[in-house]
Amino acid sequence: MAQMKFMCDAERCIECNGCVTACKNANDVEWGIQRRRVVTLNDGEADEMSISVACMHCDDAPCMAVCPTDCFYKTDDGIVLHDKDLCIGCGYCLYACPFGAPQFPQQDAFGERGKMDKCTFCAGGPAESKEEEYEKYGSNRIAEGKLPLCAEMCSTKALLAGDAQDVADIFRQRVVHRGHKDGAWSNNPQASADNLAYDAAHKG
Amino acid sequence: MNLLTAQASGGVPRSGKGLALGIWRFMLVAFALVLSLGFTQVALAQADPDREMNTAAPGITADQWRQVRSGETGPNYRDSRYESDYSLINASGETWRQIRNRWVSPFGLIAVFGMAALIALFYFIVGRKELEAPRTGRLLLRWTLMKRALHWTVATLFIILALTGMTLLFGKFVFRPLFGDGIWAWMIAATKVLHNYLGPIFGILLVILLVSLIKDNIPKKHDWVWFKKGGGMIGKKHVDAGFANGGEKAWYWLLATVGILVVASGFVLDFPNFDQGRDTMQWANIIHAVGALGLTAVSLGHIYIGTLGTEGALEGMTTGYVDETWAKEHHNLWYEEVKDQTLSEQEVAARKSSGGSSEPSATRTS
Ligand code: HEM
Ligand code: SF4
Ligand code: SF4
Repeated sequence: MAQMKFMCDAERCIECNGCVTACKNANDVEWGIQRRRVVTLNDGEADEMSISVACMHCDDAPCMAVCPTDCFYKTDDGIVLHDKDLCIGCGYCLYACPFGAPQFPQQDAFGERGKMDKCTFCAGGPAESKEEEYEKYGSNRIAEGKLPLCAEMCSTKALLAGDAQDVADIFRQRVVHRGHKDGAWSNNPQASADNLAYDAAHKG
Repeated sequence: MNLLTAQASGGVPRSGKGLALGIWRFMLVAFALVLSLGFTQVALAQADPDREMNTAAPGITADQWRQVRSGETGPNYRDSRYESDYSLINASGETWRQIRNRWVSPFGLIAVFGMAALIALFYFIVGRKELEAPRTGRLLLRWTLMKRALHWTVATLFIILALTGMTLLFGKFVFRPLFGDGIWAWMIAATKVLHNYLGPIFGILLVILLVSLIKDNIPKKHDWVWFKKGGGMIGKKHVDAGFANGGEKAWYWLLATVGILVVASGFVLDFPNFDQGRDTMQWANIIHAVGALGLTAVSLGHIYIGTLGTEGALEGMTTGYVDETWAKEHHNLWYEEVKDQTLSEQEVAARKSSGGSSEPSATRTS
């Protein structure tokens, strides 16, 4: 079974927001909701860095653990999806999520937020018909054998999507060629090119 | 070949503003290339990681990931999302999850059900506290209609909030497997609506109730004795109590402190329209849940003492009147003050039929 993961290679991201636009286009999400965002640190400075984030489909997903309705589930491919029919818009998933992925169409008094929306890894969600699925969750490209549109359209291939092993292998290859002393990961003293694939596949 | 791949994987300029830099870099690389071509062919064939690092875009360093982890969003932080200033990483999310799921949730359950079990045990071993002397049939006004109405409204709302709140925390373990998604979806949605709309009403009424009862609940010296004697359970003697005894005052002050904290944090959670951030919500949730579960556990004791546990106590809060004997045995200091105001059942009935709410309020001090 595949373990689907995103990875954004921050040394390649040029903050073009192509992924953001691709996602909007693929999933036709509600006005005001933007499942993917690009964050730039130290904009305009020498150590400027950009990274594209959306739901990272965590292995041990915090959103799943705190949801009062238990409306999340994990597909066989490791994709974290949720059922909008069960969601009550309590906001807990947002409080817990490490990446600020869950979003709400409203934010009104008495905790009225509407149904939570987040990246589905272009894998749709639970629904009776294809139309209903598209309406609620956007496209289901995974069912068509395609990867998420954001990664497919990334101009610099900074954003990678796919099985964790493949993503890790591609990144590992890049790192080897870049010759980065700590493998472009953290300054983890143990990080070496050889166990990067392991790290990426097992630690998310 | 190596150089080519290295170029393709490492040399992409990183941002619009880095573009000028990128061009510079490109020229540098081109220059280096020409230079090295001039020197030797061998150097070209072997990509030198050190040189590659010197010429490529500066790598992402540990400092940058540390900055990400710190959640810092300085003036040069950009987020392409509409109206979003969320940091890249929500560093406290996992802490909140662990506190809520690992501590608040199981220990809350233990507190509430443990309390229920203790009370049941107490009831089976010690039993109900009956009146020691026979009733005299003379009645004393204890709770005016206004206060009874306020008490029961607040109590009803409290129970609804406790049940719906516990459903938010524990419902998914019980009702979802029990009823299936169809009913569960409806149930949890109703739970949230009830909790979020009744909560503020409860909060306002609780404050009114607390204000209207404060005079009876100022702590006195004899309340301390009351506690030392376990409310009369230690030693055979009666212990002094005014209108409210030590235990009732403790419940009052618990509501006036923890209750207010629960209400305040509830308001924070309930009105996200003021744009409070995730961190505020995490704190509010923990304070709210801990306070609420604690109150729920203690409220079981209050409910037990007021109903099953003590003969004659519930009458006061339903009819408004208590028997003279009950007053003497449970609130002797208050009884001493009001003992000349006793009424016969007929007089009480007459008063009630002529508009019970205009009764003179029960005298109270201490
Ligand atoms: C002014 C009064 C109150 C307000 C405004 C209020 C509001 C809230 C809100 C907004 C939530 C988050 C749930 C959601 O949005 O879906 C919540 C959760 C909760 N409330 Fe209240 N509440 C109030 C009083 C109470 C009382 C009196 C109790 C119990 C006796 C209580 C027990 C709980 C519990 C146990 C939770 C669940 C916490 C969790 O899931 O982590 N609340 N409340
Ligand atoms: S919504 Fe957040 S917590 Fe849930 S899987 Fe996605 S990234 Fe993880
Ligand atoms: S907002 Fe919806 S999905 Fe998120 S925790 Fe609440 S019920 Fe679950």
